[in-house]
Amino acid sequence: MNKKQSRLLQRTYLILIFCFMYLPIAVMILFSFNESKSRALWTGFTLGWYKSLFHNDMILSALALSLVLALVSSVIATVLGTLATIGINSMGRKTQLLINNISYVPVVNPEIITGVSLMLLFVMAQRFGVGGEGGVFGWPTLMIAHITFNVPYVIFNVGPKLRQLDPSIYNAALDLGCTPKQAFFKVIMPQLTPAILSAFLICLTYSIDDFMISYFNSGTMQTLPIAIYSMTRKKVSPEINALSAVMFIVILSIILISNHLDSIWQRKESSRHEKETVFPADRLGSDCFDGCCTGCAGLCG
Amino acid sequence: MLRSKTSRWAAAPYLVWMGVFIVVPLVIVIYYAMTNADGTFTLDNLAQIGRYSSVFARSLILAAEATVICLILAFPVGYTLSRLRANKQHIMLMLVMLPMWMNFLLRTYAWMTLLENNGLINRLFGLFGVGPFHMINTAGAVVLGMVYNYLPYMILPLYTAMTKIDDSIVEAAQDLGCNTGKILLRILIPLSGPGIATGITMVFVPSVSTFIISRMLGGGSNLLIGDLIELQFLGNSYNLNLGSAMSLVLMVIVLVLMSFTSSFDESEMEGVM
Amino acid sequence: MNENLIVSLKDIVVEFDGEKVLDGLSLDIHDKEFVTFLGPSGCGKTTTLRVIAGFITPKSGNVFFDGKDIADLPPYKRQVNTVFQKYALFPHLNVFENVAFALRLKKLPEEEIKSKVLRMLEIVGLKGYERRHVNQLSGGQQQRVAIARSLINQPRVLLLDEPLGALDLKLRKQMQLELKRLQRELNITFIYVTHDQEEALTMSDTVVVMNGGKIQQIGTPEDIYNEPCNPFVARFIGDSNIIDGVMLKDYLVSFGGSEFKCVDKGFKRDESVQVVIRPEDVEIVPPEQGALVGRVRDVIFKGVHFEMHVDVEGYEWIIHSTQASKPGELVGMNIGPDEIHIMSRSEV
Repeated sequence: MNKKQSRLLQRTYLILIFCFMYLPIAVMILFSFNESKSRALWTGFTLGWYKSLFHNDMILSALALSLVLALVSSVIATVLGTLATIGINSMGRKTQLLINNISYVPVVNPEIITGVSLMLLFVMAQRFGVGGEGGVFGWPTLMIAHITFNVPYVIFNVGPKLRQLDPSIYNAALDLGCTPKQAFFKVIMPQLTPAILSAFLICLTYSIDDFMISYFNSGTMQTLPIAIYSMTRKKVSPEINALSAVMFIVILSIILISNHLDSIWQRKESSRHEKETVFPADRLGSDCFDGCCTGCAGLCG
Repeated sequence: MLRSKTSRWAAAPYLVWMGVFIVVPLVIVIYYAMTNADGTFTLDNLAQIGRYSSVFARSLILAAEATVICLILAFPVGYTLSRLRANKQHIMLMLVMLPMWMNFLLRTYAWMTLLENNGLINRLFGLFGVGPFHMINTAGAVVLGMVYNYLPYMILPLYTAMTKIDDSIVEAAQDLGCNTGKILLRILIPLSGPGIATGITMVFVPSVSTFIISRMLGGGSNLLIGDLIELQFLGNSYNLNLGSAMSLVLMVIVLVLMSFTSSFDESEMEGVM
Repeated sequence: MNENLIVSLKDIVVEFDGEKVLDGLSLDIHDKEFVTFLGPSGCGKTTTLRVIAGFITPKSGNVFFDGKDIADLPPYKRQVNTVFQKYALFPHLNVFENVAFALRLKKLPEEEIKSKVLRMLEIVGLKGYERRHVNQLSGGQQQRVAIARSLINQPRVLLLDEPLGALDLKLRKQMQLELKRLQRELNITFIYVTHDQEEALTMSDTVVVMNGGKIQQIGTPEDIYNEPCNPFVARFIGDSNIIDGVMLKDYLVSFGGSEFKCVDKGFKRDESVQVVIRPEDVEIVPPEQGALVGRVRDVIFKGVHFEMHVDVEGYEWIIHSTQASKPGELVGMNIGPDEIHIMSRSEV
């Protein structure tokens, strides 16, 4: 086989894989404009499902809950995680390893285990009378659960950046007359900001996307994924198609915008880093993967 | 410098959080697994799991099938992507990751509608005069759902591992007498070992513990471990002790798998060091 | 066709993205020779090597190996082996397995593999390193493994793509000698790619100077150095003074305001030419005895000689001399007929 043929083969294969990945989504989006409830027969164009989606109180309140939950839990997780990183960094090697390994647990454990183990904790707390009559399940449990699975991502995002920092810049700041506190806030923090920000974004997406862990700890509250789940249980409901289309467009535009911003930023920086063009989305993805990879190694090693 | 003793206190809030919300819950799982509803020690829960061995076996088999299919599908993708030019690589990577950002319930739902007896795929078959085939609520549909949802988790680590394989290594192997098949066996597979190990873990773990995919695509007849656990905690058979025992077993399965893949990973690393 | 030709390239054209990297290149390489492709980066030398190895299929043209057209033969079926620029050792295998790689593919018996590999490691001076991991080796040792690995197949031609580029100067000199020794001992063809002219002159039987996808000159190191056929070669091979001149008649050239005897002929009367004179070929004499007179701009001590920059009618000459003059001084310069090399403008 010569090079041209093998290249053709590779291209065809990639196209087939992408078809596999995107056709289902495309079909959903297409049928969100379908007049009838049928998901296989095209009967005519309508925007009706979008209209009813935006008047669906269950979806709208679930969306609001998810957004507030994601925002608050991500802020808390980012602060908690950043502080933890700084503290952990100044500990002995063995302590660091132990803390890191424990922090990996929520990353590598099947989500269902994280979900039920937290649920058991809350059930037990209820048994001891915490939360009174109504019990604890609801806002507090959801918040705790989200913070818990988010903090490790902050630690594994900011930690490596902190370790990479040249320790002499801190010393240089001291040498030039900074107090340790000033040196930290004027010199160390600015360098960590990108990592902290990207950790925050990761937390946001994980939090908005999470179903499994929320499912066991939400009580009667409905986050957006839980609302979606209950809709899919009802079988036929073209509003889901409309919702998918909306979410797909939102995600796509977020990625495109952040890429665009990033490429502008890249151009500014290009004199410094010639070759490495990293898209923020890649960064998100690969960071998560790094986290998971090291996580696996961490737990077993 | 940065490693002052006072800065250690910054970690204190998290350490408390970690203890209460990571360590304690796992201890409670073990406690529940080893006790009955009255709180007395028993191994009954664990013993009972034997009755569900067929569900456990099904979970392991379906997850293993999905993992192998993902590996086979993803390997050429990872390789092809890693050989593209940098700017093209980024676009393709985005395309791989974009579906991951869609909520996986929605992605699974998409297949639910496609696979139905009077769904789009069967309609298409109908145009050619074949079918309809019964696809939804089968084990095959569950595996398809797993492959569809977790394929990117296999592609990405493979891609990462393969970007580290220099073109000249492949050329050197060709130069020394490797044809395409031998390059795959002697160079690409051994050198992407860590990526393969990570990919296997990242596809197998969510596949073996899912309950959404089996519920949406497998109907009632394809229960998996995840379904069993969910039933004990939130479902009709509410039994926290049995559920905890099942969770414990699932955790052990995952741990065993991971120690296996990571030891593979490490032996690779030893090779490299 | 000459009988001892081993590799022959005919009108090779290679394009990357529509840009011609090799532009109708033809070249014959004799068996058992040490041939060097020399040129600046991007001149097509590595591309030529990769065409011979089979990693690049030319857009047009033929590659002959031992008289047979091998254009369609994949790399793994060719009797040539390559030493890669950054060695390309297999990181998952140790030294022994790297060298044994090609033999294992051939499924030779274990005993034979062992004896062959050990012998090869001895030849390259790595006896006792079999079990080492390749990442534990120094650059020079990795280089030796790469050479041993590509020699184990007993190729008729060994291709080396800037193999010494990553080594420090001292090690490089040492490896140059060793490579030359290896080539003589093994009695096979080496095709060597480098951008370092000194390396090319030291090691080669034949030097192929390339630029812009074309061959500029082929010849022995002495030829290339003493008789550069155009300014590019002259400038690329060592320092040289290239001065505009006029060929008054056969064996007489005028430049710098004086007339000189030379050994070139066959030019048109009063043809405008370029004159190449190597810095060490200029003799410094008292001003009144010199055919040319110039003012010394500056003098740099270079160890074995002084490098002087001398201004003659606005052109700055580079002159190597064992005696130093002082900056600002006037010096005379004489050049013997044998040291003057004339290039016609048409070759530019």
